[in-house]
Amino acid sequence: MSARVDQSPSGAGASRAPKIDRSRLPEPGPATPFSFPAIQKTTLPNGLRVWSVCHPQVPVIAFDLLVRRGASADPPGKEGLAALTADMLDEGSGDRSAIEMHEALARLGAQFDTDIGSDFASVSVTVLTRFAGRALALIADVVARPALRDDDFARVRQLRLHRLTQLRDMPAVVADRVFLKLLYGAHPYGHSPIGTETALASMTVDDVRAFHGVAIRPSVATLIAVGDCDHAAVVRLAAEAFGDWRDASADAVTTDGHLPAAAALNVIPRPKAPQSELRIGHVAVPRDTPDYHALVVANTILGGQFVSRINLNLREDKGFTYGARTAFEFRRLPGPFVLQVSVQTTATARAIEESIAEIAGIRGPRPVTAEELALGIAALTRGYARSFETAEQIARAVMQLALFDLPDDYFAQFVPAVSRVTAEDVSRVMTRHVDPARLTTLVVGDLDEVAPGLGALGLGEPVILSADPF
Amino acid sequence: MRLSFAKHTLANGLDVLLHEDRTCPIVAVNLWYHVGSKNESPGHTGFAHLFEHLMFEGSEHHDRGYFKPLQGAGATLNGSTNADRTNYWEVIPSNALELALWMESDRMGYLLPALTQAKFSNQRDVVLNERRQNYENRPYGLAPMALLSALFPPDHPYHWTTIGEVADLHAVQLDEVQAFFRRYYHPANASLAIAGDVDAGEALSLARAYFEEIEPGDPVDAVEASAALTTDVRIFFEDRVEVPRLYLAWLTPAMFADGDADLDLGTDLLANGKTSRLYRRLVFDERIATDVSAAQNSREIAGYTQITATAAPGHDLGELERAILEEVARLADEGPTDDEIERGRVQAESQFVFRLQTVGGFGGKSDQLNAYNVFLGDPAYFERDLARYHDVTKSSLQQAIARYLTTPHVTLSIVPRGRVALAAPDSQRAVVS
Repeated sequence: MSARVDQSPSGAGASRAPKIDRSRLPEPGPATPFSFPAIQKTTLPNGLRVWSVCHPQVPVIAFDLLVRRGASADPPGKEGLAALTADMLDEGSGDRSAIEMHEALARLGAQFDTDIGSDFASVSVTVLTRFAGRALALIADVVARPALRDDDFARVRQLRLHRLTQLRDMPAVVADRVFLKLLYGAHPYGHSPIGTETALASMTVDDVRAFHGVAIRPSVATLIAVGDCDHAAVVRLAAEAFGDWRDASADAVTTDGHLPAAAALNVIPRPKAPQSELRIGHVAVPRDTPDYHALVVANTILGGQFVSRINLNLREDKGFTYGARTAFEFRRLPGPFVLQVSVQTTATARAIEESIAEIAGIRGPRPVTAEELALGIAALTRGYARSFETAEQIARAVMQLALFDLPDDYFAQFVPAVSRVTAEDVSRVMTRHVDPARLTTLVVGDLDEVAPGLGALGLGEPVILSADPF
Repeated sequence: MRLSFAKHTLANGLDVLLHEDRTCPIVAVNLWYHVGSKNESPGHTGFAHLFEHLMFEGSEHHDRGYFKPLQGAGATLNGSTNADRTNYWEVIPSNALELALWMESDRMGYLLPALTQAKFSNQRDVVLNERRQNYENRPYGLAPMALLSALFPPDHPYHWTTIGEVADLHAVQLDEVQAFFRRYYHPANASLAIAGDVDAGEALSLARAYFEEIEPGDPVDAVEASAALTTDVRIFFEDRVEVPRLYLAWLTPAMFADGDADLDLGTDLLANGKTSRLYRRLVFDERIATDVSAAQNSREIAGYTQITATAAPGHDLGELERAILEEVARLADEGPTDDEIERGRVQAESQFVFRLQTVGGFGGKSDQLNAYNVFLGDPAYFERDLARYHDVTKSSLQQAIARYLTTPHVTLSIVPRGRVALAAPDSQRAVVS
């Protein structure tokens, strides 16, 4: 279609369309078939997996280099090491300084990001197709051959220490960090990736070099390329860029971890805060649970969409908040189930009461209705194709397969698997994996204002914590 | 590189923009109303945004919430309000285009019969909580209030923030809501873009069927206002923060005006990313700041350029201010390097191509077509917009910096409570809420 302008005559003479029927909503027609992207796979001799997806609509290519080591691989006492290492990757390589590295990326117009979670670290670069080869060479320099210089380390560590100082002022971040600690204690998931001041202060550049050597290696890495490319070319470019990357001996991955018993109710005082930041939840299930699809449906209905029970109750009915949601954070080991909401201070106790009642209700006392189930399933399945529109979206989706060892037909199976979930499944999996008696509640808010209401909740005396106890 | 489209104006004045992209079985419906907080007046602020919330609460023929039928059809949807415009969008499977048009047209044509005092009170509470969450209970969250009120005079429509003043939100009455709807939410003040997996002819027929019956309202006059800073304004306030942060702001040209693209690239090379001049000096070399950023905030009737930097512990905002102003002056005197201009161009080209990847949502192709149509009356502006960046030269960029960023400006310091000495020197206490 080319640009053209068709100015209809305004007003007189223009024919009006017949009035349409507003007595009922139009029914969607049959769904347009959608085929999920085919993934082509090759493994290089050093163990690096190279996966590509052809998605040539726009002359853009998105690369993700995923390493299956994240903050949970931080050695005890070195919380924050994985994230610090990831942060050091783009600080130069070989003779190239940190600034020169970024000048090189900027000359490609590249969009560059690093990301870190409990189970992974990743480097993402999106460029115009004509820069694909140069971008891949830079990614290899960043991931496999970072300079890890002492002076850069000192600067980057100092910036992260400053960042930790600033985070103390952010109630949502304080809540997230302390809540993880309450749920997981010393378990590998018990700290957020940025780590702690004490641990960061104790680290040296040698820690980073050692961690890079054992954790960031080709046999735990996957290079994903999506866009205007063909697989053979990607493999050839990857072999040139990453061929010298030697695999190190395997690191020891901590998989066990004792979970503490947290108090039911905890408060971090934030005097005069206009809102209370709430977290309610407990440790739940790993990503590989056979109940995954039923839990996704259950969460959608409970707190995973605008029309969820929690949001309709706390926002649309009560007006307590700008928004409330729940999530199962799926990871390789059991991740948390968490409800998160920021409510006006005066509504704190009632919001907790309503939240716990909603969580308890969906397990059986107030089972999902046929209408809720149909809506939840429809919301998850009918719009599924839109997660595969851009090269970056597809690369992110494929990264999940690599991270969690999901099968190639995972995307094709998602819609049928979700569609099979029944109301009984929802009650069953929520009963199995969520227990109101085990919920831990954390409030970051004005203690003087909220204390009287909290006392009446029947959750016991609140434990008063400091914003930065760890 | 182009963003193709067809434009039709319906008999009631509604612009309809159509763009086909059959690669993914989804369609974006994107509807702009040319109204924002600039159409408010002192004492009545926050209204355009509060109204946006009410648009999701149901209309005459579907008075049961806006989200449910659309999410049930697999849609994702949202809306947003800024100073200049309000937009609403759905991204839906292509089989549900008609549903989205039904819903959007019903709230354009038939909102008021369904609008009750109860909904209004509930959404006012939600907005007050949005304000608490995103501004009042957030470190440095009140900076926009202080900056805008110092940059623009009290009767200028950019003097207040889009979220509005708390007292105004409490004072607003339902009858004002109704009057606001009648004045601004009608076809002649709106632009509808439909982009994605759809036949353009069919989409136009559907748009006509659903929207052409809605009566046009009176044309909305452009808001006109001017602002000038004749002397420097130096202000500070104390906040619940651990480290002080400095904000510098200058009045600059409006969106798409001469100098706008130069300042956009100029602020990039000053403070965006590790290669930028201010990052290198303040964060990398001297280590007196932990972060620095800059942006040319282009708006419809005026722009402002803002530079923001957070002090590293042990350093005060006066030190940051001196270093920043030195670098701005150096850019104004010497201009950028060839390499900086070349990087700026390739980055602009890349960003424009990246923007073509998605049909919907904030910033997708449907949103871009509406932006060009609403602000310029020219949805074909995509290529010329990119050309603006290609046309920036060393000398034009240098001139823009010299002309606009070496003039009187606002210096705002936000300091930890009890640490007033960390503010930039000679600052007056500002009252913000």
